[in-house]
Amino acid sequence: MKTKSLVSISDYSKEDILRILKAAATFKARPNRDLLKGRVCATLFFEPSTRTRLSFETAVNRLRGRIVGFSDASTSSSTKGESLKDTIMMVGNYADLIIMRHHLEGSARYASEVSPVPIINAGDGSNQHPTQTMLDLFTIYETQGRMENLTVTIVGDLKYGRAVHSLIQGLSHFNPSFNFVAPDELKIPDKYKTFCDKLKIPYREFTEFSPEAVNSADILYMTRVQRERFTDLMEYEKVKNIYVLHNEMLNGSKENLKVLHPLPRVKEISQDVDDNPKAYYFQQAENGVYTRQAIICDLLDIPME
Amino acid sequence: MVSIHVRRSSATYWTFQWSECYPKYKQVKKMGKELQVAALKNGTAIDHIPTEELFKVVTLLQLQKLGNRITIGNNLKSNKMGVKGIIKVSDKFFREDEINRIALIAPNVNLNIIRDYEVIEKKKVTLPDEIIEIVRCNNPKCITNNEPMKTRFEVVDKERVVLQCHYCELKITKEEIELK
Repeated sequence: MKTKSLVSISDYSKEDILRILKAAATFKARPNRDLLKGRVCATLFFEPSTRTRLSFETAVNRLRGRIVGFSDASTSSSTKGESLKDTIMMVGNYADLIIMRHHLEGSARYASEVSPVPIINAGDGSNQHPTQTMLDLFTIYETQGRMENLTVTIVGDLKYGRAVHSLIQGLSHFNPSFNFVAPDELKIPDKYKTFCDKLKIPYREFTEFSPEAVNSADILYMTRVQRERFTDLMEYEKVKNIYVLHNEMLNGSKENLKVLHPLPRVKEISQDVDDNPKAYYFQQAENGVYTRQAIICDLLDIPME
Repeated sequence: MVSIHVRRSSATYWTFQWSECYPKYKQVKKMGKELQVAALKNGTAIDHIPTEELFKVVTLLQLQKLGNRITIGNNLKSNKMGVKGIIKVSDKFFREDEINRIALIAPNVNLNIIRDYEVIEKKKVTLPDEIIEIVRCNNPKCITNNEPMKTRFEVVDKERVVLQCHYCELKITKEEIELK
């Protein structure tokens, strides 16, 4: 029998997303429960990660589950040349659920095909990171009280950022409008514009971080512009300070606006924004725990009421 | 063994066993028809192969592993294509999934199924919905290039031949296709 897994945000229908968001809200209200008592969750982090791993482990611990696993591939049997399949088959016989991050793209899909237990993809290279998208969606739902008809401005690296691409996919069920703000080198790939066109999702593209892009938004989703993404370093020097959010830029924004960021933040949000009540990125990271609690219980068919 | 050599063009000679094809040869000559297809007694003739794809078709169909008599012609004159390639395989009738692989690189080829010198069926190749194992993923960071496993692609655009890796989700176009 094929087990349920979460590999890509496209594995979730609109109904699935709404079900998880509602469940995440109940976990936020009451995060400490016995739902995973007697269960073992494996966290296989072939690639290091701080926030994602700690958030998953917190989610499991708060539900009284136990954790086995590794946080660095150098301490795993893959260094001895063991195939991913063999590792997954073995751990699948120990644990009730496998949470994995791997540097190779498609690894989580493959793992889900060979594993006897559900797999949660905690990032496979630059491909998918669906629990990040779910926590972004939950934060949007929580702060706006709705999912439909929101204007979302996404700023920074729209070319390589997998969080951005998955967010566009995840929001596409809810009739959004997008403002894409990025330098030419990092603008949104055509395939996502075609995706929006097909679904009749309106979007505007900006190369300047203009007041219009901020003031029309319900959600301002900031991402990091990384130096190593640029082929032309002169170009990076030109744009590196343009896509930075300062507190005064929020003066004309909507009352309900919330500023989100998948973190880690470097310089793209200046520190003076942190005290603005519209800044919500740390709560967003906290929401990762509740969203992951909901996803884990849903995959294991554990009733959450 | 008596053989007949038929010069089809400046580039290609075809060889047939005299005893086998002589009666049909006479009949075909009388009718003024082309010899190239009728000369096969039983089997499959794959026609209208783009000349540059001919040997890829040979590889895709694994013809080098067959013991059957195989005739390969290339740079033959074609009204439709200018020049073309043809492959004729005696006593071989390919399964749909075998033959549809060709659509990856030569979507417009014609298949002639021949029994007793007659074309009893003409077929077009069609791309399947899914391609397993034949194509390599172009993403070096794809799991399929790093684990001993089969590749798997969904055909997302049959007309333009666009494949998407089932694992890393990379899309590859016809020009980018690399066979395993």
